Amino acid sequence: MSNWEILWSARDQFWSGFFSTMEIFGLSISAAFAIGCGMLYLLEGSRPRLTVPLRVFIDGMRMLPFLILAYLLYYGLPAIDIRLDAWWSGVGALAVYHGCYFAEIFRGARLTFPPGQVEAAKAHGFTKGKMFFRLILPQIVMQTRPLLGNQLIYALKDTAFLVIITVRELTAAANSLSGTYFIPTEAFIVVIGFYWAVSVVMEIIVKQCGRFSAKRGFDNV
Amino acid sequence: MFEKNTSERVRSEQTATGAARSERAAVSIRHLSKSFDGVEVLRDVDLEVREGDVVTILGSSGSGKSTLLRCINWLEQPDRGSIHIGGQRIGVNDAGRPMPVRELARVRARTGMVFQSFNLWPHLNVLHNVTEAPIHVLGKSKAEAEAHARELLEKVGMSAKADAYPGTLSGGQKQRVAIARALAMQPEVMLFDEPTSALDPELVGEVLAVIKDLSAEGYTMIVVTHEMAFSRAVSDKVVFLDKGLIIEQADPETFFTNPSTERVRKFLEREES
Repeated sequence: MSNWEILWSARDQFWSGFFSTMEIFGLSISAAFAIGCGMLYLLEGSRPRLTVPLRVFIDGMRMLPFLILAYLLYYGLPAIDIRLDAWWSGVGALAVYHGCYFAEIFRGARLTFPPGQVEAAKAHGFTKGKMFFRLILPQIVMQTRPLLGNQLIYALKDTAFLVIITVRELTAAANSLSGTYFIPTEAFIVVIGFYWAVSVVMEIIVKQCGRFSAKRGFDNV
Repeated sequence: MFEKNTSERVRSEQTATGAARSERAAVSIRHLSKSFDGVEVLRDVDLEVREGDVVTILGSSGSGKSTLLRCINWLEQPDRGSIHIGGQRIGVNDAGRPMPVRELARVRARTGMVFQSFNLWPHLNVLHNVTEAPIHVLGKSKAEAEAHARELLEKVGMSAKADAYPGTLSGGQKQRVAIARALAMQPEVMLFDEPTSALDPELVGEVLAVIKDLSAEGYTMIVVTHEMAFSRAVSDKVVFLDKGLIIEQADPETFFTNPSTERVRKFLEREES
């Protein structure tokens, strides 16, 4: 049997690793998006007691290597009697880490948001919450679309780190196959193919979303 | 260019049928003062706008006229003085404390504001710009809000563009949509902050024509403007601000033909030349 045939016969392991990766990615990136939006909302206020610690937290996260955060959650939390299994540690770490990146991307766009639109909203009787979710956030998301697409790809690649805290995802599948049959090159080429395929599909979807925002004058797609 | 005939006719008809212009104050401003970084922008301003009146505020730039307008819906907070809209004080509650945000939003919604730079929400099409606040602030049903919005777009001559996005409109069109958007809140008083100052000269007329139609319909309006002919044609009262002080308020005939202060005479001469 050639190396490729061995891998083909073990394709079920790849598929289960792939689905596990997609599950982790889908869940954590959705949570990260929500966290990013939530943080942006909290930064809207002008209360430094809240905004200063939040900014420090966001910057602290962004300056931390992702792997160390995953380690901290998986190996460090039990020290204070919080035990998460590997899977939830991984999802949690990805969600918080990329949530901070989302928050920072949104914050940058918020700084250049036209103040006149906020005044118009106030003049029409909007209160903070509705103004944020109906008028500010949709525009910020449309405006930052290319950066968000980039961040999706970063997050997808970061899921591969979770092999180190024993999560059974795509890279773990390749790792175990290459160990069992000693065919590292081919096994990893296969997972590269998976990561590329998912990234390309995401790129296309994000680009298509650009049409929606271009129609509203946000983009030049 | 602007003739007063229509509005006068409408008003005299109203008088004849008994629906006379009321003596009730739509906006009442008392002892209003405001400083920015130690510079006094408004100094003890008193102004009364009756229901159905059109008041235009004139003055050179920096005279405080935009600030005065923006205080009326609390986009700027005055340092001293009070503002009542339809008898309800804005910004300060009965106990003399700053108004809770929800209450402030409710009082604000009784005014309609049109900005110099339009400030439409670009991610919403024209129709949804107009229905957004009625649905999400006033709690109207979608169907009701859209029906009303289409009427208003018709009134400002923009119904053909209901599905267009603001980015595709000319300045004059944007401003007409912004007027419809403000009217959709059924405000008791409309505030216009230099509504034509950001427009190309050939687009000014279409916006002024819309505002003039509104004045004929009996809307209460306060308009900050540099358009003298317009001010003369639509106003019931002209107010002149100079360095934060109201130095002249008069009916348009008196104001433009026989002003009582040297400052206003100079201002009008310069405008004519």
